[in-house]
Amino acid sequence: MNKEEYQKLVKKYEPKENKFQNVVYAFLIGGLVGFITEGIIVLLMNFFNLSRMIAGAWTCLIVIFAASLFTALGFFDNWMTKSKAGLLIPTTGFAHSVSSSALDYKKEGLITGLGSNFFKLAGSVILYGILSAFILVIVRVIIGG
Amino acid sequence: MTFIWAFIIAGLFCALGQIILDNTKLTPGHVTSLFTVLGSLLAFFGIYDKLIDLAGGGATGIISNFGYMLYTSALAGYEEMGILGIFSGMLTKSSTAIVGSIVFASIVALIFKPKD
Repeated sequence: MNKEEYQKLVKKYEPKENKFQNVVYAFLIGGLVGFITEGIIVLLMNFFNLSRMIAGAWTCLIVIFAASLFTALGFFDNWMTKSKAGLLIPTTGFAHSVSSSALDYKKEGLITGLGSNFFKLAGSVILYGILSAFILVIVRVIIGG
Repeated sequence: MTFIWAFIIAGLFCALGQIILDNTKLTPGHVTSLFTVLGSLLAFFGIYDKLIDLAGGGATGIISNFGYMLYTSALAGYEEMGILGIFSGMLTKSSTAIVGSIVFASIVALIFKPKD
């Protein structure tokens, strides 16, 4: 068997990921998360007479709490894999990455394990978010005078 | 109407993320960072404000909102107290999300054991 034949054979048995189906999944689940988030905001606004801004902040906390709890209960990892980007792009993805690294590295000690790995995945979000916002505000200030 | 737009906008962002994941070698870590930067870029061009007006929780519930909050609070800080305000104001709005995830993740890490 030469190299080309081997490549063909490998391609034949490679599991085919249906890219279109993945995108549809991500759209539907991500959309559902957006829908539920808006639902919680409206509920809080009506029940507690909160402004949209305050209700939004509470909703953010509720979503983060739910994602952390579900991660700890063990079934959220499975959901994350199945939903593709549908749970990754919403705030749930951020909360999941923090709580899963907190859970995973706890056994390696409070400082060298939990402490130094806490933001292992979410750290780049914070770092590049702050850097890009900083640069853009500087640009805005220079343009806007 | 806001509910329908919340579904569509959040769904579109996630679909875009999935397209990037499937067709490039970028990892979920890359994609979330990319979307945060995208959020501050959209805030810079004044587009994210419109998305929030349109989709409510659909726009504030995704990671790009983190970039939006960083940009808007840094700008608000600048308007209030100049260059120093960019530094001191940057994290005001996003504090809720950061402190929230630290507190809740610590609590669950203390109570639960990792499942594998």
